Amino acid sequence: MNIHEYQAKALFREAGVLVQDGVHCTSVDQALTAYDSLSSDVVAVKSQIHTGGRGKGNLYCPNSGDLIMEGGVKVAFSREEVEEYASNILGHRLVTKQTGPSGKMVNNLYVEAGCDITHEYYLALLIDREEDTVLIMASTEGGVDIEEVAENTPEAIHKTWMDPLHGPSDEQSGTLADSLGLTESARDSFVEMMRSLASMFVDRDCSMIEINPLVKTETGMMVALDAKVSFDDNASFRHPWRAELRDLSEESEIEVRAHEHGLSYVDLEGNIGCLVNGAGLAMATMDVIKLYGGEPANFLDIGGGADSESITAAFGIILEDPRLEGILVNIFGGIIRCDMVARSIIEASEEIGLKVPLVVRFSGTNHLEGRKVLEDSVLDVVTVGTLAEAGEAIVRVIGGTSS
Amino acid sequence: MSIWISEDSKILVQGITGSQGTFHATRMVEYGTDIVGGVTPGKDGQVVDLPGRSVPVFDTMSEAISSTGADASVIYVPARFAAPAIIEAADAFHELNDGGLIICITEGIPTLDMVRVLAHINQRPGVRMIGPNCPGIISPGDSGGCKVGIMPGHIHAKGRIGIISRSGTLTYEAVAQTMGVGEGQTTCVGIGGDPVSGTGFIDCLDAFESDPETKAVVIIGEIGGTSEEEAARWAKVNFSKPLVGFVAGATAPPGKRMGHAGAIISGGKGTAEEKFAAFEDAGIHIARDPSKIGEALLGALVEAGLRES
Repeated sequence: MNIHEYQAKALFREAGVLVQDGVHCTSVDQALTAYDSLSSDVVAVKSQIHTGGRGKGNLYCPNSGDLIMEGGVKVAFSREEVEEYASNILGHRLVTKQTGPSGKMVNNLYVEAGCDITHEYYLALLIDREEDTVLIMASTEGGVDIEEVAENTPEAIHKTWMDPLHGPSDEQSGTLADSLGLTESARDSFVEMMRSLASMFVDRDCSMIEINPLVKTETGMMVALDAKVSFDDNASFRHPWRAELRDLSEESEIEVRAHEHGLSYVDLEGNIGCLVNGAGLAMATMDVIKLYGGEPANFLDIGGGADSESITAAFGIILEDPRLEGILVNIFGGIIRCDMVARSIIEASEEIGLKVPLVVRFSGTNHLEGRKVLEDSVLDVVTVGTLAEAGEAIVRVIGGTSS
Repeated sequence: MSIWISEDSKILVQGITGSQGTFHATRMVEYGTDIVGGVTPGKDGQVVDLPGRSVPVFDTMSEAISSTGADASVIYVPARFAAPAIIEAADAFHELNDGGLIICITEGIPTLDMVRVLAHINQRPGVRMIGPNCPGIISPGDSGGCKVGIMPGHIHAKGRIGIISRSGTLTYEAVAQTMGVGEGQTTCVGIGGDPVSGTGFIDCLDAFESDPETKAVVIIGEIGGTSEEEAARWAKVNFSKPLVGFVAGATAPPGKRMGHAGAIISGGKGTAEEKFAAFEDAGIHIARDPSKIGEALLGALVEAGLRES
């Protein structure tokens, strides 16, 4: 789960990480009131969407597609500029390197007091899958794309790993500060901030905290000028407060609905709908479709505990896709029985009205019974026994080429 | 022979009185697994009826191990209680047996819980954990065998192939395809789909290298992380038997979690292409088409002189 910068900064403030004063706004009027209240001549007017590269992105009119403004994060030197930037941002689509060409509608704005900056740094805490603990990564090259830094000047990135049971020691944080060239009050400020960030990471079950840039001010304080925070979804059960931070407009409506039915769904570009049990097999099914010359329309894992209700829901979700030209069901029965899936398919097809060709591959528990249930039904369905036959059949029935 | 479990393994079920625990304990006994008891706090003294036997329930892992002589435990407790269950098992096996095997099936355990659990287990040498979020481990025997997990036992048969996988049903697919070319398994290990987990590819490869009955190994990877790449680099130097590899998710879009918590391409890292390239570089026979894993295995065996055709 991701949150907005303004929400992340509120959590930072609570944790004791230094941030500038700022106000979350959803209208131009609010932005002007915010400017008046901040008692800072210079403010940053920042688009709030769940994606990186906002500063270098461009804003477009959602209706005409015209370019409205270059840059999703602007520094305003007057009340008039705040008005201009806020009007250009709110209600427009921000396209960044990470959003894809359609961009994301901006409904939220953050107006933040300006800051005297002497240097920009990069700092991130994230789960290191290979070391099985939290990696703390810092760089003197802040305010730029960290992947580019890693590519071009890897020596500018400094890493240390958190003790999983005790967090980072002050000594560890101090060494990291030294490698960034921080001295005196800036070094102390960094060590204190690391303590706060590490506690926040653990206490709130984060999966990532990224600050880019982290800045050193003229008075030698370390301030988080940006904030990107994401949470480990597996831990949501012990963090009920997260519900309030969730912005559903940032999530795919269909993915949210699938999740409510215990399904794992990802929308793709193709025309062959997939319904599979198991994430690995679902990915492999997409791969097979592609290798046989087709294009998968989705990833859909019905999970180990699927029943006829969730299978019906899965069918409904797949069939909503207007580009759909065929469906491939691939079930390897383990706990789940293929005959149960077969009956659910028939039920769902009758209920929803199936108008595209259907290929079903059953293997494992009760696969023969499942096949018989389908073959004895009135349903127009091609049944196959192997993954290769499934890939070949679905591409053939939708009239595509097959290798 | 097999790795880590055998027909003689005595297995405990943590969470045995829950619906998942009882259901799978029954299936395991039907397969031939020697389930000797279970643990559910507060249910000490109860008995669970399984096919052909009734097994005792204990409050704690220490009591269960002391009373039954178990050497492995399989965990079916819900995600929010799973970390303490693993830690309890690790402590008990360490103190009473100088080690043991823990297989955690549970899906959805918070990542930082697993970070703490692994730090705890790493301080207890001899204790091995497989999972979480995995189908478990199975070693088919001459009749029946030892199945510790949720996989359908009937698709397996005793043989000479080792299988390691981050997935569940895709492992079954690989098993079915190896059976399709007339090859059974020594042991199949599902290492799980979470970003932070216990036993990894290299641990499994190391064990299969030392197992004389395993003649070749199939690795089923997926997008996310770099464990396949590391396994390939390790195998290039340390593994002498034929290896076959597949990676799921060549068509997965970046930045999207594909079902498994660990299956995500982030920051351009963890793509199937990188993993296939690492496999090829290590001389691993790759199947780019998941429907041709069996065929790739057959090719590898023939090339190694282990089969005529």
